[in-house]
Amino acid sequence: MAKRGKAALYAAALAAYAFLYVPLVIVVLFSFSASRLGTQWAGFTLGWYVMLLHDADMLHAAWNSLVIALAASLAAIVFGTLAALATHKYRLRFLPVLVLAPLSTPDILQGVSLLVFFVLLNVSLGLRSIMLAHTSFCIAYVAIVVSSRLAGMDPSLVEAARDLGASPWKGFWLVTLPLLVPGILAGGLLAFTMSIDDFVITFFTAGAGTSTLPLRIYTMIKVAVTPEVNAVSTLLMALTLVLVISISRLAPQALKGMG
Amino acid sequence: MSISRGVPKRRSSSMTSRARLARWALSGPPLAFLAVFFLIPTLIMGLASFGWPGQEGGLSPLWYHDAAGWHFDLTLGNYRDIFTLKLFLALYLRSLGYALATTVCCLVGAYPLALVIARARARYRNLLLLLVIVPFWSNFLIRIYAWMIILGPQAALSRGVNAVLGLFGFGPTSLLFSPFAVLMGLVYVSLPFMILPLYANLEKHDPALLEAARDLGASAWACFWRVTFPLAVPGVIAGATLVFIPALGAFAVPDILGGTRGIMIGNVIEMEFLQARDWPFGAALSIMLTFLALGATGLAAWAARRGVKAYG
Repeated sequence: MAKRGKAALYAAALAAYAFLYVPLVIVVLFSFSASRLGTQWAGFTLGWYVMLLHDADMLHAAWNSLVIALAASLAAIVFGTLAALATHKYRLRFLPVLVLAPLSTPDILQGVSLLVFFVLLNVSLGLRSIMLAHTSFCIAYVAIVVSSRLAGMDPSLVEAARDLGASPWKGFWLVTLPLLVPGILAGGLLAFTMSIDDFVITFFTAGAGTSTLPLRIYTMIKVAVTPEVNAVSTLLMALTLVLVISISRLAPQALKGMG
Repeated sequence: MSISRGVPKRRSSSMTSRARLARWALSGPPLAFLAVFFLIPTLIMGLASFGWPGQEGGLSPLWYHDAAGWHFDLTLGNYRDIFTLKLFLALYLRSLGYALATTVCCLVGAYPLALVIARARARYRNLLLLLVIVPFWSNFLIRIYAWMIILGPQAALSRGVNAVLGLFGFGPTSLLFSPFAVLMGLVYVSLPFMILPLYANLEKHDPALLEAARDLGASAWACFWRVTFPLAVPGVIAGATLVFIPALGAFAVPDILGGTRGIMIGNVIEMEFLQARDWPFGAALSIMLTFLALGATGLAAWAARRGVKAYG
């Protein structure tokens, strides 16, 4: 009885893993398929990747994504680290709520409210508005990771520096900050990943003329599915995989805590 | 701490003003940024939901000033429309249905996996967790697109289903662009949100409790329902909240997989803003969605407190 239950449990767990991976494996496989439909196997080819390299729109969109993710994650590193330090040092009520609120607000609400905000203020929609929008939801990721790093830090280290005559500023610069660097890096990478992946908020704040990689993929999916989508998807997945592994190396707790 | 003790009173007042400065220097910039780019836009949405649409779409001014003074040009009409036009109530109900079904499917799918990971040997646990996290971090659109391939009319699944339907005399059906496709997509993108909190909860369970129950003669089934599951209730509620709220406001999944048969409230909000350009009505729809999400969160918090109380 117990043995059968255990076998059923393992089978169910295995099925869940299969459910998570089979769709992604299919996308990767079809990116190497010679079929024009993109949904059937017809022999191996690298043609879709070559096509990708010559797709100027796609390359431009990828460049935009990169620039936006870099700007947003750098801004989020500054704001998020400040927020984490402030909440760690002082008893603040409002700031932590405000920092985390974007994570529990449906994407579409953030997207449309930023759209209305930018249009009412006559901010032209484009790279700049996307960067600002991305920063607003990326701050939370940096703040969470840096906070957990701060919580795990031994306060006696800074106290020792102060007892040895270091000013508060010097204590922060020479002791706290170096200890925080892995957390800040992991938080920044997390923010970078979230920014490069974002579709919904970008969709509303991009305006007509600007495209990012997810927006470009969306257009291809909606208008005409070509196997090029599979190829760009595979490359994007490989990039994310590298990012996630780097984050988990830098701050093993960061990913688990995020949920 | 130990340093400030010896400092004379006179200096401590200047210290507090410096401390206040430091406090604002730290908390000020993130506070200001999020106030401008999150809080104020959200408040504007709240206000806009009481406004009139502009003549060429968008939002007409909410107030104006003339010789007679200030005038406000507000209406409750957007909310009245939501509650009187059956179409929109039905859309909210349908979205609630999708979100609820997604939550239940995720719970059923996630529980065994979370349990297996929690009971795995410590050195495999991180790898097993990473295996859950990796697909979760791959691009959201790609994960939805993958289901377009799987459910597409040329795919093996559709042909198989239609062959079986044909045996029973039913005509062919399309799996893609259907409520079924929306549900599959929603479950797929939300599953890790259920696995991770469940795992975090199950990992803390003391195996001695189960052994005790078994020693006292409880069957495997009784062990599960009377020991493991009650202890897991907080994890279930945490996971359910993380799945339910994004599913309720889903836009991309029904947009890509749903077609006209699988529309959700998120799609209508998008149409109001980008196509009909009736911002006030779109804002009212969004505010209602927020209240539904907040209500669900409140309900979950209440249930969690009760659950904890009931099972000590």
